Amino acid sequence: MSDITVDFSPAAAPLAEKLLEPAREIIARYPVGRERSALLPLLHLVQTVEGHVSPDGVAFCAEILGINKAQVGAVATFYTMYKRRPTGEYLVSVCTNTLCNVLGGQEIYDGLTEHLGVGHDETTADGKITLEHAECLAACDYAPVVTVNYDFAIDEATPDAAVGLVEKLRNGERPTPSRGARLCTLKEMQFQLAGFADEREGAVADGVAGAPTLRGVTLAQEHGVAVANFNIDTPITTTKPARDESAKAVKDPAPAGAKPPAAKSEGKIASAAKRAAGAVKTAAAAVVDKAEHAVEHRKAGAPVKAGDVKDPEVRAAETRNPDGSTPTPDASQTVAPVPGTRTEAAGTAKNAPAGDGKPAGDTQRGESIVSEANAAHEEQSTASENPGWQNAQRGTEEKK
Amino acid sequence: MTQPRPEVLQKLTPVLTKRWLSPDAWKIDVYERLDGYAAVRKALDVHPDDLIQLIKDSGLRGRGGAGFPTGLKWGFIPQGDGKPHYLVINADEGEPGTCKDLPLMTYDPHSLVEGAIIASYAIRASRAYIYIRGEAVHAARRLRNAVKEAYAKGYLGENILGSGFDLDLVVHSGAGAYICGEETALLDSLEGFRGQPRLRPPFPAVAGLYASPTVVNNVGTIASVPYIVLGGADWWKSMGTEKSSGPMIYSLSGRIANPGQYECGLGITLRELIELAGGMKPGHNLKFWTPGGSSTPLLTAEHIDTPMDFEGVAAAGSILGTTAMQIFSDQDCPVYATWRWLEFYHHESCGKCTPCREGNYWMVRTYRRILSGQGTYQDLDTLQDTADNIFGRSFCGLGDGAATPVVSTLKWFRQDYLDYIEGRTAPRLSEKALVGAH
Repeated sequence: MSDITVDFSPAAAPLAEKLLEPAREIIARYPVGRERSALLPLLHLVQTVEGHVSPDGVAFCAEILGINKAQVGAVATFYTMYKRRPTGEYLVSVCTNTLCNVLGGQEIYDGLTEHLGVGHDETTADGKITLEHAECLAACDYAPVVTVNYDFAIDEATPDAAVGLVEKLRNGERPTPSRGARLCTLKEMQFQLAGFADEREGAVADGVAGAPTLRGVTLAQEHGVAVANFNIDTPITTTKPARDESAKAVKDPAPAGAKPPAAKSEGKIASAAKRAAGAVKTAAAAVVDKAEHAVEHRKAGAPVKAGDVKDPEVRAAETRNPDGSTPTPDASQTVAPVPGTRTEAAGTAKNAPAGDGKPAGDTQRGESIVSEANAAHEEQSTASENPGWQNAQRGTEEKK
Repeated sequence: MTQPRPEVLQKLTPVLTKRWLSPDAWKIDVYERLDGYAAVRKALDVHPDDLIQLIKDSGLRGRGGAGFPTGLKWGFIPQGDGKPHYLVINADEGEPGTCKDLPLMTYDPHSLVEGAIIASYAIRASRAYIYIRGEAVHAARRLRNAVKEAYAKGYLGENILGSGFDLDLVVHSGAGAYICGEETALLDSLEGFRGQPRLRPPFPAVAGLYASPTVVNNVGTIASVPYIVLGGADWWKSMGTEKSSGPMIYSLSGRIANPGQYECGLGITLRELIELAGGMKPGHNLKFWTPGGSSTPLLTAEHIDTPMDFEGVAAAGSILGTTAMQIFSDQDCPVYATWRWLEFYHHESCGKCTPCREGNYWMVRTYRRILSGQGTYQDLDTLQDTADNIFGRSFCGLGDGAATPVVSTLKWFRQDYLDYIEGRTAPRLSEKALVGAH
């Protein structure tokens, strides 16, 4: 995939100019033929430039992955961290889920709404702050909590402390978060969400553990409580030699001449956008990267297979989400006309045909997988021997 | 604040939380000095099947809520099938009340990386993913740094420690969808789709990520593995109960003097945990609590001596879940609490199945009506009926989780509902919250 060159449409070209190289690094993290796994980080990446996911951002993701815009749009609108309108420099989130709520989270949120004059998912006129009420932020022992760009900013917050925080942010200050790294802008944060290291000197070391986190272990230390008989040389019972054929793993098909993905993805990020801009040549509205050896050439809007189509394996999600060229009853127009101008491109993107087939995959998948479902039966029989587990599974599989 | 009694203090079992006291344990050299990566060396010297047997012997059960035996799950992966296998770590912590995985990944990220290496070796996977909740930015920072350090030291990549075993580990940030904590929804999300649950069978052990055999484990489960490899199954079983072995991080929050993370052997009671936490907040009396996040049926003050292990909580009619204990007092209203949880489930329902999507939509509106003082007796029947039609009829556990606070508060606190309906409790919501309720 990373060797594929793409002629980007006028809508996607400006983003491609900035983001092509980091986008390729993201795609290289996933196995060959599974490039679509890169979609979530790519959408985060788009937000580093735009602050939200615009039709152009959708076009860029679609074109680089060879899927259609409706498929990208369906994903982008599902997840709350992909914003559909421009956002402020800082995203201030107040937890109003039950526990924070009863401990004062609602008053904090209401106070901020009144003070800033904006509601949920709205941005102040000066473009500084986007406010939102969030669901459980996994810090109930510090309730109520407020985060800025998802870093824990105020623990055991009060309405006054929250107003003080947003005032500082609006004055251009960057108050130190209670338990996160020093603040950056929301767009800069998106780069980390796309899977790149935080390159700011010392930022990883920021933030010490708060007292609630350490309460149990501190109590144990103070009273000399430890788990007895921990001996790291306890032998493991062995029944066969460590190295034989049955111990080996089957690997993913390796990309031709590719470095290990993580080696590629770490460490050289801050200047990636600049380097990408330098590395990419723009001709008219098309971007063609000639630096990479081209094994396939793709034109924007052309029907491009998503790579998995010929895969004999039954895919769960893909069966429900055919790519742009898969003939499905309602996919006849999924190949968007190539727009001539930027304005037209935006218009086309906004009116992208709904390409995803209706969810017909479940039954089909269930039937065709039967031949290899032996282990599944094993799992089922375990469940029936232990019905309590099955109930527990139903009730609690959401827990994280 | 009264000091906990010595016999209660002895129930603390600092294992997974122990390194949190070392401020720099997230750095690889400090981690290595604290027994770090010793387990990987030990594990790579034995056959993967012997490791799976070790985990089976330890009795380790999943820390993500369902409590499925981990060794059994690993054993389901078909070996010699010629397919790539995958390990996917569920770090999408978001169950209301749960806050144990984020600190673990922030203050001791290498323990998760080390566990991932051992687990991948055991199931013969050469690629592993950590799907971390998008909002967990600082934990992700530390985790990515740990992965980078582990590559540099040869614990990840090709031919790890000369064993011939290769592993690539990718930290993948989600984008704010609670449903992605459900394992099959997580897999769809990791494949680049909307996070919606899949029908099972086939189970992930047969057709998981990329339709290949996949183990999906919680952060706490995988982080436990290095300790079992080091200390042995018998040592692990010296903590907890016979059927629920080992230590567990209990997340205590709410109306107690000292909220926080308390790692104890499975089977401790809420009474003992509250004692460790310095008692209730002054002026507050225990009224209701969640044993394992809001998706587990609420318990009341009469369950304070229930053993907090998988069997004990099940016997009390609830589920151990994530041991996220949100503690509410007589100054908190169970009706209001349930409404807020339902707003959450309503927002997070993925929309795939009708009972969950529509049921939560209507239950939220019914609650708004009751809380604004306009509820009727029929509303209680409607709530019970709707919840009954969601529970067990939804595609995945999210719907069940949404129905449980409704059913359990109607069971334990019906009078609190009647107080709103009959006008004894002042309305909590204004008219404007009522749009669409009639």
